[in-house]
Amino acid sequence: MPTDTIDIDRSVGDFVYPESHEFDAGYGLTRDTVNYIVDVKGEPDWIREFRLKALDTFLSKPLPTHWASRDLEAIHFDKIRYYLANSQRPTRSWDEVPDDVKRTFERLGIPEQERKFLAGVEAQFDSEAVYSNIKKAVGEQGVIFTGSTEGLKNHPEIFRKWFGKVIPTGDNKFSALNSAVFSGGSFIYVPPGVKVKHPLQAYFRINAENFGQFERTLIIADEGSEVMYMEGCTAPKFETATLHSAVVELVAMKGAKIQYVTVQNWSPNVFNLVTKRALAHEEAEVKWIDCNIGSRLTMKYPGVVLKGRKARGEVLSIALASNGQHQDTGAKMIHAADETTSNIISKSISVGTGRATYRGLVHVPRHLKHCKNNTECDALLINAHSRTDTYPAISVRGTGNAVQHEASVSQVSAEQIFYMQQRGLTEGQAMSLSVNGFVNDLVRQFPMEYSVELKRLIDLEMEGSVG
Amino acid sequence: MSTAIAPNEERTRINRDDSSLILTSGPAEQENHAFAGWFKQLRFEAWKAFQETPHPVRTDEAWRFATVKALDLSGFTRALPVDENTAADLIQRSASGLETAGRMIFANDQLLSRELHVAALEAQGVIWQPLDQAVHEHEALVSKHFMTQEIVLGSKKFAALHQASVRAGTFIYIPKNTEVALPLETLHWMHGRNSSLFPHTLIIVGENSKVTVIDRFESADDHEPGFACGVNDLYLEAGAKLTYVNVQNWSRQTLAFQINSTVVGRDASAVNMALNLGSRYARTESVSRLVGQGGRSDMLALSVAEGAQEFDQRTLQDHRKPDTASDLLYKNSLNDQARTIFAGLIRVEPGAHHTDAYQKVRNLLLSDDAEANSMPGLEILADDVRCTHGATSGQMDEEELFYMLSRGIPRREAQQLIVFGFLNEVIERLGNDSIAEELRALVARKFAS
Repeated sequence: MPTDTIDIDRSVGDFVYPESHEFDAGYGLTRDTVNYIVDVKGEPDWIREFRLKALDTFLSKPLPTHWASRDLEAIHFDKIRYYLANSQRPTRSWDEVPDDVKRTFERLGIPEQERKFLAGVEAQFDSEAVYSNIKKAVGEQGVIFTGSTEGLKNHPEIFRKWFGKVIPTGDNKFSALNSAVFSGGSFIYVPPGVKVKHPLQAYFRINAENFGQFERTLIIADEGSEVMYMEGCTAPKFETATLHSAVVELVAMKGAKIQYVTVQNWSPNVFNLVTKRALAHEEAEVKWIDCNIGSRLTMKYPGVVLKGRKARGEVLSIALASNGQHQDTGAKMIHAADETTSNIISKSISVGTGRATYRGLVHVPRHLKHCKNNTECDALLINAHSRTDTYPAISVRGTGNAVQHEASVSQVSAEQIFYMQQRGLTEGQAMSLSVNGFVNDLVRQFPMEYSVELKRLIDLEMEGSVG
Repeated sequence: MSTAIAPNEERTRINRDDSSLILTSGPAEQENHAFAGWFKQLRFEAWKAFQETPHPVRTDEAWRFATVKALDLSGFTRALPVDENTAADLIQRSASGLETAGRMIFANDQLLSRELHVAALEAQGVIWQPLDQAVHEHEALVSKHFMTQEIVLGSKKFAALHQASVRAGTFIYIPKNTEVALPLETLHWMHGRNSSLFPHTLIIVGENSKVTVIDRFESADDHEPGFACGVNDLYLEAGAKLTYVNVQNWSRQTLAFQINSTVVGRDASAVNMALNLGSRYARTESVSRLVGQGGRSDMLALSVAEGAQEFDQRTLQDHRKPDTASDLLYKNSLNDQARTIFAGLIRVEPGAHHTDAYQKVRNLLLSDDAEANSMPGLEILADDVRCTHGATSGQMDEEELFYMLSRGIPRREAQQLIVFGFLNEVIERLGNDSIAEELRALVARKFAS
């Protein structure tokens, strides 16, 4: 049965506070922009070289429009501000967080209780982390949970070893862009054997017009450790398009487990072009839980490189494409050792003129034994002009491996809706119930607070989809 | 006449920066004399299109995973007519146990024989002719349908080359309410080192008519390299039924293209089966356009890939009208260093509600060096549809094999039995016992070789 109508005010993401930026690299992207970022942040020379090289790569690579949406051509790279920061050091305590930032949290409806319960909240406003609070217990376990800028400065020995190793600069045009201008994002190191009991959480927001956010996250789970990271985002609506291009690298050492949860709810003018990949060593497990609701165009295919024997990778993906949106999401599974297994479950819902695309890559090279992949993609179409696409690419070499892919497209049956209406539900409620049923088995695997939020968001979208 | 066309003598001059003799010469003069003006014009235009269309590159999505460097056309020459002895030999080798309504045999794009076994067909108004004859005698019918479907799966350049160079093939027109019980068969032989062939098949099945057509492609010598670039265009008018079987058994050194288009009218039903046995690189592009309500298309293929063979299969199930159905089943068995590529797309156009589309590719990998690539795709722009696809890649079931070994069946034979069972599912779908028997014999022959 449907829950009582939940009153969500979507306009919570529609406000903007006056901009005040101490550091601003201006519009457009040149070597000067990159040098400015390095100087302002006081970064070492190897980072400067890394960034400048990445800039060359970015400029030399064409937009991937030979396979991707031509909407990418609507991004005006010279009209974007690549770096803004209103303070150089993340504030350490809640008291130091500026009042307008706190107000934003309140407007977002994050309960105080929840914030206290969470292990640490890293809230990113514009490009620098302004608030970083690691719960004492987590810090005592030896876990490093900080912004990527601090990670780079304070833990170079760990940071440098893995930074840019899972996703090389030249992986794609947007990973190169991020490598040139990155700021913000999280750095997490979990020592061997440590099981982080509480999820680590970060909220992201974009808060300046024409400002692209290029956070860089690196998570390393050492041998036998376990960690869950949660990332959720909402953004104010702006007049002109905004670019978000993150790079997230995960390293799971032998026997480690990483779960990375994303609920993406950018405003519908944001280009969300994100590269996410994990490296799973022997017997390690990496699970991406990826939920895309917002943005104008999202292109995101979380991947796992299964490097060690018996490594396991999983992507659970939910995409909701509403009017004018294109959710181009999927997964990549690169099998590189024997007995590695991967699982991809993708569910998408297209509403109105929304378009949901699944793009997948499964690669099993020669001479590997007992590798398994299972891929399931289900798409639900709500309206006559909704669109869904599935473009998987599966390469298998040799015997001894089993790979299977299945996809289906369906719609909510008129009979089902009729039946529920007979029992007193409105058409919107009936539709909402059906759609929630469609994603239910996936949503159940999400952390509680996310699954509740997701259910509410689906209710909200469905209410406007009928009649 | 266009001045861009080099004189015939120029064929001896090899242009090194492009690829080959045939590619630098354009449509040959003496061949053109044989054709009507409108057809000549089409050939010239196609030649221009061929020259203007860029060669595929690895980064084209339509050529993803394909070994694009295998597409080197240098060295291939226009196939020359075969001598009398060869002709007699090839006619003899064409003998088969299959009972047909009629049979045409071509060698190097020249007609060797045409035998109509059911004389009544002509009285019924059935046209069954070599293409060049039909171009003269049935201009209205041929020009209305000849190469008019857009090439959408990547081989625009090669379709243009075909159109510029075509001189042989089969034209079939079945008037309405006519059923041809026995199949019509055409054999194309390739003879001589580096010969290039451009076989064409154009079939128009009138309202509520029914016919089965078989195209077979063979090489005289299994070790000689060659180039084959064939096109088949199938049209089904309202309520028509067509079964089309394409047997590709070129030499193991052949570079082959087969570009298919099937246009399915209202309540019509097409079955298209491809059997891939020969060639070193064979690319098949198959498009079913469901343009009439209630139309149905079954797309079937089985490929036995061995040695260094590469089979590159691209398909499109294009649903343009409501209540249409398509069902695709492609099976590949891969041994040695063989590679297969399957890229299939189900496209449901806006408004094509109640579409029922299915697509399945299954790869059976028999060797550690074999490689199967699958790209099963969906593009759905209408709601109230049922679309499903599946792709599996796996190996032989060890238990099945063990069962047979324990009953004294030698390993090689047991493996072949299992592969045979795997492929036979596709052959059974044809629903025609005598043709199925022929296809099974061909598969068995490849296993035995």
